Amino acid sequence: MITVVRAGPLTTVQDQGRPSYAHLGVPRSGALDGRALRRANTLVGNPSDAAGLETTLMGCTLRFTRAARVAVTGAVAVVKLDKEPVSGVIEVPAGSVLEVGRATRGVRSYVAVRGGIDVEPVLGSRSTDTLSGLGPPKLADGAELDVAGPCEADLPDLVDDIVIADEVELGVWLGPRDDWFAGNELFENPYQVSPMSNRVGCRLTGEALRRVRRDELPPEGLVLGAVQVPADGQPLIFLADHPTTGGYPVIGVVDDVTPLAQARPGSTVRFRALH
Amino acid sequence: MRLRRAGASALLIECRDGDEVEAWRRLVTTRRDAGDLQVIDIVPGARTLLLDGVAPGTDALLAAWPPPSPATSAPAEGALVEVPTVFDGDDLADVAGLWRLSAEATIARLAATEFTVAFCGFAPGFAYMRGHGLTVPRLDAPRPRVPAGSVGLAGEYCGIYPTASPGGWRLVGRTSSSLFDVRREPPALLTPGTRVRLVAA
Repeated sequence: MITVVRAGPLTTVQDQGRPSYAHLGVPRSGALDGRALRRANTLVGNPSDAAGLETTLMGCTLRFTRAARVAVTGAVAVVKLDKEPVSGVIEVPAGSVLEVGRATRGVRSYVAVRGGIDVEPVLGSRSTDTLSGLGPPKLADGAELDVAGPCEADLPDLVDDIVIADEVELGVWLGPRDDWFAGNELFENPYQVSPMSNRVGCRLTGEALRRVRRDELPPEGLVLGAVQVPADGQPLIFLADHPTTGGYPVIGVVDDVTPLAQARPGSTVRFRALH
Repeated sequence: MRLRRAGASALLIECRDGDEVEAWRRLVTTRRDAGDLQVIDIVPGARTLLLDGVAPGTDALLAAWPPPSPATSAPAEGALVEVPTVFDGDDLADVAGLWRLSAEATIARLAATEFTVAFCGFAPGFAYMRGHGLTVPRLDAPRPRVPAGSVGLAGEYCGIYPTASPGGWRLVGRTSSSLFDVRREPPALLTPGTRVRLVAA
């Protein structure tokens, strides 16, 4: 059992999400930085689909009733066990308190516990979906979490944590609606990550993208990483909790959204064309 | 039909109209179930069908198939779901006025329509249903809270709110049917292709 001593502003249970329900309006959800959660799971001996915790900027503090093996990945943050700094694979004795500190680089830390966080799966996933409300609620101070028993499974290879940079360069496939826009402005100007960003999407501010077509786009299916451009011309890149259909044109699709999970408000985003 | 790329592993099939989308949705679903096509999500839209999670070369595969013809595909293939509906929505009189019908004739028209679920979105289990053959503009300002089970109209579609939420559809009635239940498989009552009747309750 884990008691949440300090939940932080947005700490949620996440696994690799709930794909294949998009046609029913169910977002995919899952860890925004799926690579960091997989790494944390591997470090503690979990299969890659085990559920862990995703924190946002301010970390969280957890008290462990029983001894546990824990790993913290993702954002750069000081991790303390009973007030002493620790790193790597952490053996937590029964009764100890683990504190994941404020992110000094990046945004989101991932906490994996051997066995995985055991909440009731919803449509095959333990992820909290902040858009639709499916899955467990976000953690609150005083909440209690169960840990599942360790399971024997083929372990994924240890993946590298991404390098967290102040500038993010994203590869983009143009389309499906790039012909609604003038020229190649997306690749010519840098953008800044807006503080309005969340698990649904990363909002950018910068030079407005000019449309050559003004008509309404009938709603159509959206993919992870879609760069949607609303009427004001400021792009929004859809992340894990994105809606499954939308009515604004998508100029292109980002090949890998993982760096955006760790992009702080104000960081610079540049786009590079993929062919 | 035109294919558009949506990233490295997704394709958007652009169609003439909703009937062609439905014909493609059936074809692609049949081909996937037969093992001829690898795809994770098949997501219909108003004029498009998104195939998300496809293998390289799927565009060539789709182009090699004879395109489905909406005229020859059976129109009434999906399951029929009856939704008991009380037609007492706050915007019923406005809709009747827009359609130049009496309230009774408006209800009769809706109750006589066999709807088809074109696509889902907005919220889990929210289905965009086609079939009444008229259009309705959205409200100028959305209501801050529309109760769960509200039956509304917008554009060419009819929809039922699975949960309470803000919304700009014009409300014509309500139902106590459960639209979305995660303990059910499929969790949504109204899935793409389902035929629907709003039965006066």
